[in-house]
Amino acid sequence: MLKAKDKEARRGNLITFAIVLVLTLVTMVLENVMSPGSLLFTVIKKGAVYSLVAVSMNLLNGFTGLFSLGQAGFMLLGAYAYAIFMIPDAARDSVYYLFEGSSIHFSFQEMFQHLFGATGFGGGVSLVLGVLVAIIFAGLIAAFFAYLIGLPVLRLKSDYLAIATLGFAEILRAIFQWQTLGKVTNGANILKGYPTFADFNITNASGKVLFRLSAVVPILLAGICIFLIVLLINSSYGRAFKAIRDDEIAAEAMGVNLAKHKSLSFVISSFFAGVSGALFAMFATTVQAKVFTSAMTYEILLIVVIGGIGSVSGSCIASFLYIACSEWWLRFLDNEAYIGAFKVPLLRNGFRMVVFSIIIMIVVLFFRKGIMGERELPDLFRKRPKKAKKNVVEEGKADE
Amino acid sequence: MSKDILSVENITMQFGGVVAVNNLSLHIPEGQIVALIGPNGAGKTTAFNCITGVYEPTNGLVKFLDEPMVRNHPTGKMKKLYKGENPLLYTAEYHPEDETKEQMLARDPLAGTGKIVSPTPDKITKLGIARTFQNIRLWKSMTVFENVLVAKHMRAKQNVFSATFRGNAKEEKRMRDETMALLVEQGLEKYSDDIATSLPYGIQRRLEIARALATDPKLLLLDEPAAGMNPQETLELAAFIHELRDKYGLTIFLIEHHMDLVMRISDYIYVIDFGSKIAEGIPQEIQNNQHVIDAYLGVVEDE
Repeated sequence: MLKAKDKEARRGNLITFAIVLVLTLVTMVLENVMSPGSLLFTVIKKGAVYSLVAVSMNLLNGFTGLFSLGQAGFMLLGAYAYAIFMIPDAARDSVYYLFEGSSIHFSFQEMFQHLFGATGFGGGVSLVLGVLVAIIFAGLIAAFFAYLIGLPVLRLKSDYLAIATLGFAEILRAIFQWQTLGKVTNGANILKGYPTFADFNITNASGKVLFRLSAVVPILLAGICIFLIVLLINSSYGRAFKAIRDDEIAAEAMGVNLAKHKSLSFVISSFFAGVSGALFAMFATTVQAKVFTSAMTYEILLIVVIGGIGSVSGSCIASFLYIACSEWWLRFLDNEAYIGAFKVPLLRNGFRMVVFSIIIMIVVLFFRKGIMGERELPDLFRKRPKKAKKNVVEEGKADE
Repeated sequence: MSKDILSVENITMQFGGVVAVNNLSLHIPEGQIVALIGPNGAGKTTAFNCITGVYEPTNGLVKFLDEPMVRNHPTGKMKKLYKGENPLLYTAEYHPEDETKEQMLARDPLAGTGKIVSPTPDKITKLGIARTFQNIRLWKSMTVFENVLVAKHMRAKQNVFSATFRGNAKEEKRMRDETMALLVEQGLEKYSDDIATSLPYGIQRRLEIARALATDPKLLLLDEPAAGMNPQETLELAAFIHELRDKYGLTIFLIEHHMDLVMRISDYIYVIDFGSKIAEGIPQEIQNNQHVIDAYLGVVEDE
């Protein structure tokens, strides 16, 4: 009986994996067929980045029951860590021109370029390695700060924890805009010139694009990270997190060390928020502290709520839907439109947000558990075999 | 008489100006079933919470297997506010005249020091004390199987990386096998895939005990295990508690209101009222104790 259940679970997982794989391949093909400027690819790239940060927030809010609103702060840390350590040395003077150059003269990509060469295949290898190392570095920086801030803050519960983490994120934003640190952070100005998703397109020597990969790379990177989070959630530690969420006192009485597990969840969540910050930097091609506002955290929280608190696949689906609505499908609401000579009323700059808010209210009112509730995508594919199993059991009984 | 597995000495728990538990001392010998009874609000659950680390007692010492497990004395603001007894017993200022040093150290290995020992509940569980709750606290989103499986997490040899990357496959399999074996032993295997809180009340109680057993305890604390049970279920519970002790070699300490259950299963009974101990003894002694009868039925006051 247990084996049948495992088989079902495996089937569900395989189908989900196949769907993701097919969608990724379709993206790859479309990107090389369609015009690369299409909004579809903006949505896919940003959606992938937001999926990761939403899942990381879900790990904390949905699976450990810690209501934290510091996600934008950790993204900021990740984005800056990535940008600062990926800008090529030659470009630094022009980026940091207000501060007469940067005090850091190091970039992960160039470190690998010394080993593998800067052009051709070696250039590709050093780009991939450089980006990977920088992304992990960005995550580690965010995780380190999460550990430090977690020491005092994780003693707080529910709303108080949310306020403390929100405050922490705002303080970080202020610090990164501080002119005195300009030699490192470039003050309130933008950081740019580091490798972005577009650098993953395969080009020939003269710079002509042969094969586009810029939309597949974020899907791959975010996908790997989300897969790791899913592995964690389904492990012994993930179960302990859920125990803390369901009943802290019982979890403690059954030997789950609250301080250790909460800190662990917070640090891991922040690690992936840092990684998604780095991916966001690659997506946006520039980094500026003023982007990482609390409004960004609310956006992510909204995605988590719409997708279903406690559902990883819900967060992913919701983030693509949310980004598609805000960047693409509802864009027309911001422009004045005429049908013949008739000017459509209400359509003007900013109206999109009004409609958007109404949609969100409807979702929250009528789909209180979000799109997925606490279910996951593989669970949906499991339904049919479950019924079949019931029949088998009944038949077995009849035989007796 | 067998040796004490748990001894509680002079525990006082004071919340602000209210003394909830007053200078309570209990001794729980290994392998016995000991009950703590008392009227509503007598401080039974507070005493339990002091033993399991949920509260830090204001004053007193709890020894588990002769090791000091919880130890505290009034500090800070509580020094002035303290209304209980023996305020100096567990501080560095304690210098007894009627006791030799050996006697003192036998009673309290940390005597003469102001050392505070105050572990969190999970550390106490790790030492080998498991508990259940008065109002059932199962993890509501989890299945019966998962509820028991989480209790195995504490003693698993793994870290977060080995668990995430499935380097602990052997350990995970061991945990799952042991959990299944425990469920079979407890007759809960047919519910293993059900959501824990969807079960009937009596089964939930059984599950909570099974979950406590999964932490491999030496001492099991049951907080009103028969609450909400009908007489038939209570009878079954009595047999079940005996079986638990014999099968797993446990010592059991329970709080209970059902007098017939307590009298039937207990080897020894402590009675508290208003936070203080008013009687102790074997069931027959307690049944005939005037203080206990007064506490439960009230005293007729002279006019």
